[in-house]
Amino acid sequence: MNLSLVDFLFYVFATISVGGGLAVVLSRNPVTAAMFMILSLVGVASLFVLLEAFFLAVLQVLVYAGAVMVLFLFIIMLMDVGPDSGKGAKLSKKRILSGFIALLGVGLLTVLTLEYSGVATVATDSADHWQPVTEETSAAGANIVFSKSVKSFGYGLFTKYMLPLQVAGFLLLAAMVGVIVLSKKTDDADADNKADGPSLGTTNPQSEEA
Amino acid sequence: MDTIGVQDFLVVAVLLFSVGFLGVVLRRNLLLVLMSLELMLNAVNVALVAFSRHSANMDGSLFVFFIMTVAAAEVSVGLALLVALYKKRQSVFSEHLTMLKN
Repeated sequence: MNLSLVDFLFYVFATISVGGGLAVVLSRNPVTAAMFMILSLVGVASLFVLLEAFFLAVLQVLVYAGAVMVLFLFIIMLMDVGPDSGKGAKLSKKRILSGFIALLGVGLLTVLTLEYSGVATVATDSADHWQPVTEETSAAGANIVFSKSVKSFGYGLFTKYMLPLQVAGFLLLAAMVGVIVLSKKTDDADADNKADGPSLGTTNPQSEEA
Repeated sequence: MDTIGVQDFLVVAVLLFSVGFLGVVLRRNLLLVLMSLELMLNAVNVALVAFSRHSANMDGSLFVFFIMTVAAAEVSVGLALLVALYKKRQSVFSEHLTMLKN
């Protein structure tokens, strides 16, 4: 069986992404885990390239491998968590049970997918089981045809998915406000309140000014 | 792509999802639990893009967009919670999350 270049690349990138993920789960040091996570995310981005979703690949590298993992690394360095000492990881009955259930779930998922992935290929006539990409897009509301261009992403987002786009923007705003509220210094304020006495949290600031 | 079908991408997605699931259930370090959650979301993205490309339909690819948005929001809030926890408990291990116990 001779492999074409694309097939060979698929196996390479699949190995990189799954192996990177496995290394994330197995590594003791959080920084090592974050580095392997970046490897895995770049592998997934390469799979997107093989699927001709170039814009999503760029987005994957920018958003995940860039922003999210940098955030993770900042937090890791901020909290100065060393490697897992394995001291507290005693093999209690609960942990063994949870591991067993996790393996059971993974096995079930794998078996079901392997069983039903044959069903997913009903349209496999082997001649055209990857439909050719066309550059045209249809009218809003109808199914938008898969296209490599970034323009079709914008078209879909701003016509058919206008409301979800607004909701996503609002979700980001809510997350931003939530993060600011969560990471404000509350310990000192609580201590001050306790020192002042059992004040209700709703004292109006004007009384303090007076 | 001559021999690679949508089912091969699906198998990769399942493997990634399983690895992430194992990480969420088995690891005690909450940072690694969050990373494993990201892995699971990525696996779903792979499956969505594969099906989108397979059926020549843009909807799946557009959904990946929203999944990325939600994942970014989730990570930022989760890490902020983790920092708040660390300030209180000096630990990021899940067995120390016992503030609601008594």
